[in-house]
Amino acid sequence: MSVLVDTNTKVLVQGLGKTGRFHTDKAIAYGTTMVGAVHPSRAGTSEVFTGETDHSGVPNRADTYEVKLPIFRTVSEAVAETGADATVVYVPPPFAADAIMEAADAGVPLIIAITEGIPVSDMVIAKRYLQDRNVRLVGPNCPGVITPRECKIGIMPGYIHTPGRIGVVSRSGTLTYEAVHQLTLNGLGQTTAIGIGGDPVNGTNFVDCLQLFNDDTATEGVIMIGEIGGTAEEEAADWISASMTKPVAGFIAGTSAPPGKRMGHAGAIISGGKGTAEAKIEALQAAGVNVAPTPTDMGSAMLDAMG
Amino acid sequence: MKIHEYQAKALMADRGIAVPAGVVATTVDEAVAAVRPLVEQSGNPVVVVKSQIHAGGRGKGRFKEHPGVGGVNVVLEGIEGGVSATEERVRELAGQMLGSTLVTIQTGPEGKTVNRLYIEQGIDIATELYLSVLLDRASSRNIVMASTEGGTEIEVVADETPELILKEEIDPAFGLLDFQAATIAAGLGLTGDAQRSGMRFLKALTMAAVELDTDLVEINPLVVTSDGQVMALDGKMSFEANALYRHPEVVALRDESEEDSAELAAKEFGLSFIKLDGTIGCMVNGAGLAMSTMDIINHVGGEPANFLDVGGGADKDQIAAAFKIITKDPNVKGIFVNIFGGIMRCDTIAEGVVAAVKEVGLDVPLVVRLEGTNVEIGKRIIDESGLNVVSADDMKDGAVKIVELAK
Repeated sequence: MSVLVDTNTKVLVQGLGKTGRFHTDKAIAYGTTMVGAVHPSRAGTSEVFTGETDHSGVPNRADTYEVKLPIFRTVSEAVAETGADATVVYVPPPFAADAIMEAADAGVPLIIAITEGIPVSDMVIAKRYLQDRNVRLVGPNCPGVITPRECKIGIMPGYIHTPGRIGVVSRSGTLTYEAVHQLTLNGLGQTTAIGIGGDPVNGTNFVDCLQLFNDDTATEGVIMIGEIGGTAEEEAADWISASMTKPVAGFIAGTSAPPGKRMGHAGAIISGGKGTAEAKIEALQAAGVNVAPTPTDMGSAMLDAMG
Repeated sequence: MKIHEYQAKALMADRGIAVPAGVVATTVDEAVAAVRPLVEQSGNPVVVVKSQIHAGGRGKGRFKEHPGVGGVNVVLEGIEGGVSATEERVRELAGQMLGSTLVTIQTGPEGKTVNRLYIEQGIDIATELYLSVLLDRASSRNIVMASTEGGTEIEVVADETPELILKEEIDPAFGLLDFQAATIAAGLGLTGDAQRSGMRFLKALTMAAVELDTDLVEINPLVVTSDGQVMALDGKMSFEANALYRHPEVVALRDESEEDSAELAAKEFGLSFIKLDGTIGCMVNGAGLAMSTMDIINHVGGEPANFLDVGGGADKDQIAAAFKIITKDPNVKGIFVNIFGGIMRCDTIAEGVVAAVKEVGLDVPLVVRLEGTNVEIGKRIIDESGLNVVSADDMKDGAVKIVELAK
């Protein structure tokens, strides 16, 4: 078991530029079931991916692959033709929010937005658009979602992951890799790792992921990696206190961030004094989360939390 | 991106938002020349001389060179002495302020050089209020925040009397609705002309915030004049970096002299850099990892000299640029390179570091921690380079080593 993605997930890609093409190739090499791409001006053609299989991914595959990915005019067409149930967005920032909304309109249940640098106001609109639609957005500005040896959607290096018992949720890309790597080395492994992204306006938050992992029978513990700004970690702490039945470890980046360099003057006050690393760590500890003192200790903090 | 008060007020005026008349001056003569037309236009002999720097607390700030002079000065001499007395006083003030160093609560002890003054008409103030438009992360929407406690820092209000803060969420599908503007106006105690003026102000300001992609608009104080007009006495605007590409008119307002030169140089190479006060230079990939690299240096007893995220796909040139920026800082006593190679391979990083060190030279200790894709090849490249580079096993090990070596 796992959350969000598994071997049955059929994935579209929106944005086949240099980055999108590169990571689509890596995903196919890993064994992800990529079923199509969306590109209005290249609709009707296809993109061919060939290479050597990444054997850290889905097991029991030939050593090489050759996949001909059909290209569609719209997300709706792609969904109708392929039955895709997830899409990954690599579309450049000025057009990314629109791509997300198009995917939502087409009813793709899982939209994973990798793009970094989307204007906040575009995401405010996109989030409003998604409000009454029954779809889930992960990201933007995130590494993606991976269920080891089943499905890799995004830009994370596949080989550091190993199937296991821990759900990983993080606002930071490289810190996720750090945590995943440690969980692989200490034998706990991962059920699914979710990057929720570092932007102020994002789709899926910590609480959503904690809920998913709490309900997932294979997940035995969760590690959540947060950072300064906003109150998502505090909300997670509240939820953990009230509802979490599994052990949680955590890490918060930014204890040394100088206050003068933080986001806007009035930004901190909306949260009523919350938002600092100290406040987040305190809230998590009060909820029984084992907070690692440094990123190097994330794996052992999880081990300790598991008892 | 921040802009000056006078620029923010010009953007507001363009959008029908009431602001006092004013003129920007970069020389004493320009400052003096601004007085007469302003006084004639407003019929008020009072003018205000305001330092234009990208930092708050100007009113309470003091000049290093002239400790008796504040950052914002109300010139009252004209009430009795007429326009020429105002001009004389403005000449004196401008001479003291221009080119001098203003120290405020936000500039740090080193202060900031004042290169521009804003000469503004005096306003007959009945009430001082507070107003801002900013993103509320929790609701993923912009909100209007207002308070009757104008002139006070909003953080203080939030801390001591949070019940005096009014908030209205802006639904992006509809904008600020009339009843919401009316609710805020009522909450601020505005009636009659001031209520109508306040509602107009609120609607125009929220539209401007959305149209210009600001991440903060703060009017403190927002004033009600004695004849019932709502007006921005001060105006602070900053803009969301990701959206600047669609606002060339805003980008043109950038004042690079207000920004750190190293941060500007970094931006040119697509690096995210923030200068700090410590001695350990950091080069890291990924913002979260960069931030926690600073944390771990602190944790083991050191002080980071900077935040530097080279991003996910840095090439050799960017790494060399990053090195140059770090080594330029005379405070740097050691450098810690901390890379978790995902898509970016460790061997590429190692080659970049070696090339950069050979090109730039290195007279402080360097600790490199590599993990991830092609880590073995990367480590071999570092080891065989013949450079005086110390390898670290993990982040903490690297932090301990560099803090020790930099002592």
